Amino acid sequence: MLEGFNFRIILEYMPLYGQCFLATLWLSALSLLGAVIVGIISCAMRLSQSRIMRGIAGVYIESIRSTPLLAQLYFFYFGLPSMGIMLPEWVTGVIALTLNSGAYYAEIIRAGIQAIDFGQIEAGIASGLSYFQRMRYIILPQALGNTIRPMLGQAIILVKDSSLLSLISIMELTRAGQLLTSERFTPAEGFLTTAAFYLIIYYLLKAFSGWSEKRLIFREAH
Amino acid sequence: MWGFYFNELIRSLPFFLKGLWMTVAVAGLSLLFGTIIGFFGGIMRAGRNKPARIIVGVWVDLIRGTPFLVQIFVIFFILPGIGIELEAFPAAVIALTNLTASFITEIVASGILAVSKGQREAATASGLSGYQQLRYIVLPQAMRTILPPLVGQYVLLVKDSSIVSAIGVVDITRVGWLTVQRIPEGLMVFGLVGLLYFVICYPLINLSGFLERRMTVGSKRL
Repeated sequence: MLEGFNFRIILEYMPLYGQCFLATLWLSALSLLGAVIVGIISCAMRLSQSRIMRGIAGVYIESIRSTPLLAQLYFFYFGLPSMGIMLPEWVTGVIALTLNSGAYYAEIIRAGIQAIDFGQIEAGIASGLSYFQRMRYIILPQALGNTIRPMLGQAIILVKDSSLLSLISIMELTRAGQLLTSERFTPAEGFLTTAAFYLIIYYLLKAFSGWSEKRLIFREAH
Repeated sequence: MWGFYFNELIRSLPFFLKGLWMTVAVAGLSLLFGTIIGFFGGIMRAGRNKPARIIVGVWVDLIRGTPFLVQIFVIFFILPGIGIELEAFPAAVIALTNLTASFITEIVASGILAVSKGQREAATASGLSGYQQLRYIVLPQAMRTILPPLVGQYVLLVKDSSIVSAIGVVDITRVGWLTVQRIPEGLMVFGLVGLLYFVICYPLINLSGFLERRMTVGSKRL
């Protein structure tokens, strides 16, 4: 299979791959940041006392989780212009990725919060802390310890999902593979190189996840 | 104008149902094959044979570390280069089966490893063979851990099947993409696409949650 594998072509396209690697990194990082913020907000809404808030967050989370990212991406890509909103492709892509991962982050954070002993919250109320203070000083720090691993897992998924942005012609790693393939008719070189770059990100995040498990978990003091 | 497009969309409903059928076919076949291969993989991954364990582990990492879109391009564009000509449909089923199998392998392996060691030792002491241990002692108990994430994986499978539209399989997403060229109302068209996925996925997500609650009853502290 690989006897005809042409490393020269890959070398020739390396600057493009480097550029696209960086594009994948920053598109993912931007979406990740947005997704964590959206996740925290919608999780707080879902756990709030107001029925309307709970309803809105519930509809958002369930509808995102029950539909594929690609359909969501096309929904924004074709839908926003029909509403008269013209955005550059990459903004549409980041919005779709952010809203998609945001719903999963909301669920991860919720699981982390609900794993906290209810006595902690009662103690917070008894000490006269406000809702915001309880969130900030009691619940979130503990929830972070519970959730750092699934959060990194979702980050890995997000990086992989960003490959779908190539389908709305955003320049990133998968698009680089498609370009090389269409210009030189060498799919093996094109897509295996792309895959290799994704694997680099995957192994880095996986190693970080293993490390954080050992170092960053806030254990209860005894 | 909106009303006109709406009527047009209603008229193309049969086309959408065909797409729905294609999604169900691709996902259903991959579910069947992926589950079977995944169980074998999981048993190997949790087994005593070290080379088998390592090979399965590397395979799982390679599949988990790369985006599905890249995998499907590799299968669809590179395999013909080594003499295996594939239509889009079998390529989609192979790619999706491969993906699902790798995830189910991890689920099954962690389920098996979660069964306490004493159970196996007792089985060995009772003179059960390796196969008998697995069949009568370990797997029935592991199913409790395996079942909820397994159903969750089926949800992911249905959603990931949308990506096979990229190689031209006419599933729901592809139908949406083709329709939006004719009916330029992205929100409406992909709203319908999302709705069709929702109809499949939402019950499955709830089933997974139900199983999770049901299966943890036994081990819950009262």
